[in-house]
Amino acid sequence: MNAWISLFNDYTFQTVALGSALLGLISGVLGSFAVLRKQSLLGDGISHSALPGVVMAFILLGSKNTETLLLGALISGLTATLFIVGIVRHTRIKFDSALALVMSVFFGLGLVLLTYVQKIPNSNQAGLSRFIFGQASTLLQRDIILMAVCGAVLLALVILFWKEFKLSTFDSDFAQSLDFSPKKLNLLLSFMIVLSIIIGLQTVGVILMSAMLIAPAVAARQWTNKLWGMVLLSAIFGVVSGIVGTAISSLVAKLPTGPVIVVCISVIVMVSVLFAPGRGILHRLYQRRKNRLLLKMEGGEPNVPTT
Amino acid sequence: MSPQLEIQLIAVIVAVTCALPGAFLVLRKMSMMSDSITHTILLGIVLAFFMTHDLSSPLLILGAALMGVVTVWLTELLGRTRLLAEDAAIGIVFPLLFSIAIILITRYAGSVHLDTDSVLLGELAFAPFDRMVVAGMDIGAKAIYTTGALFLINLAVIIIFFKELKVATFDPMLAAVLGFAPALVHYGLMTLVSLTAVSAFQAVGSILVVAFMIGPPVTAYLLTDDLKWMLILSGLIGATNGILGYQAAALLDVSIAGSMAVMTGIVFLLVFIFAPHRGLVSALRRRRNQKIQFAKMTLLFHLYNHEGSENEASEAGIDDIHTHLRWDEAFTKSILALLKKEDCIKFTDGVIKLTDQGRSNSLRNYEALFSE
Repeated sequence: MNAWISLFNDYTFQTVALGSALLGLISGVLGSFAVLRKQSLLGDGISHSALPGVVMAFILLGSKNTETLLLGALISGLTATLFIVGIVRHTRIKFDSALALVMSVFFGLGLVLLTYVQKIPNSNQAGLSRFIFGQASTLLQRDIILMAVCGAVLLALVILFWKEFKLSTFDSDFAQSLDFSPKKLNLLLSFMIVLSIIIGLQTVGVILMSAMLIAPAVAARQWTNKLWGMVLLSAIFGVVSGIVGTAISSLVAKLPTGPVIVVCISVIVMVSVLFAPGRGILHRLYQRRKNRLLLKMEGGEPNVPTT
Repeated sequence: MSPQLEIQLIAVIVAVTCALPGAFLVLRKMSMMSDSITHTILLGIVLAFFMTHDLSSPLLILGAALMGVVTVWLTELLGRTRLLAEDAAIGIVFPLLFSIAIILITRYAGSVHLDTDSVLLGELAFAPFDRMVVAGMDIGAKAIYTTGALFLINLAVIIIFFKELKVATFDPMLAAVLGFAPALVHYGLMTLVSLTAVSAFQAVGSILVVAFMIGPPVTAYLLTDDLKWMLILSGLIGATNGILGYQAAALLDVSIAGSMAVMTGIVFLLVFIFAPHRGLVSALRRRRNQKIQFAKMTLLFHLYNHEGSENEASEAGIDDIHTHLRWDEAFTKSILALLKKEDCIKFTDGVIKLTDQGRSNSLRNYEALFSE
């Protein structure tokens, strides 16, 4: 118990846990929309595509500020999204193929730029690769402030456009008939999802960011059929797994924060899929058994002549 | 053989080997599964390493390939519950397995050379250092033989089971009716994909395997409608990307694998823009032609409808016909000019009149549109 108390008084832990919790909150809320629109894997694609932007920002501006690098990531993430949308609109190539192609090509470009940077003499490019794997323990107070500001803007936008997003997510034809422009709404929502992914990059890294976007939303979906309930629950799941993951990785030696957070949120998903009332697997098995017994009692033994 | 030549040879073999099963992934709408598998094979390698404690053991490759198939199985198990969408299932399974792998590595294998960088990023430039020595004779880089063997396996499987793969890809129901066991074909293909990913990621890194698996087939998909041609073109495009990518990398002194992925993107972009029939340019041109064709027909119908009626002068006046059709003025002018040139209309006293040919054209269009 003492270990826990001293842990929560620890400054570094407070910073990292706050950052992870913020990330869980933001990705939980926006992930709900991504999952409901069947764009779950966009997170995976965007986070890979952000790499060339990070390196490019470093090359052009020579700064390793989090803000600068994230701005680069944001621009290249958005460019990738536009490419994907363009390819899907103008050819018969499906969304998943376009996504896989664009993200791997962008990542390759990032690698090319990274090897190019490494040749520049005296440059302190050492920190760039933390964006690939993420390093929550390097979070600083100013990173947290940046995350909080971006998070506040994103949440405000979600609340402001709640009815539009809800409508266009569930029935975009109806939304269009009511004169909401689905194109603009899609663009705004994609932009917001990209921004939330970019914020998460330096905490959990490129590869694990997709889980942070999908898992809380999928878990929350099992417990409720209401959008606000799902978004709220998804945010709570995100925050809880962020804090618990950080705590576990601080208490046990040599445990990387990002992967532990992902394992935590995955456990929440498993529990939800198994035990959620009404939808969960156990409930369905129970229901099936009950039905079988019911039918048996009503109908009695089968009495079909066999010969 | 010089190292440069060896690297290019390996690049070409890897690219072609990846492109073959990749074509089926693209057609089966499972492209993102390649991304998933390339990440989770890390867990397979780690687990196999804990069992053998030997980094060069062939069991590592086996473990990795097995983990690829397990990934597909888990994803489909989760997807079949219908509690979450297929793509969400992919997005949950692979980060979890990958996280477990990273945790295992950082916790228990810190001292061993098994770092995530080399798995994810790979480096083709080092491939020639690993020699294949048979009976004391150096017969070339090891990677040539491992990837070459896999290339032959892929080629053989695809040629032998071409019919089965084709039917199971385009019409799984028909395949099941004909007794081809689509599930068996499916998992067979997935085993092939994960074996390919394992052998390729050592050379180019796991994320770029995705570029090699998906890039060339997607490019070929824009060029042909025939499965056989798609496979052949995928192989050719993959090989071209490999060689061009290496040359560019050598010129600029940057990551070879990354440069090949960028080349894949550039070649795709060129095909995307200029491909005959399916390219951006020809699609836009086709759309423009259709628009003009449609406008011409509409204008002829409009004239035919009002021909001889009392309001003909106002409905078919040169200066205000665009308000009746609700068209742009310049657009209307250009359509009128086109029809004039085709001798379908004539202008008399500021009113547009149909010529005989215009009238018969309009009637013919009507017949074509509305008769059975």
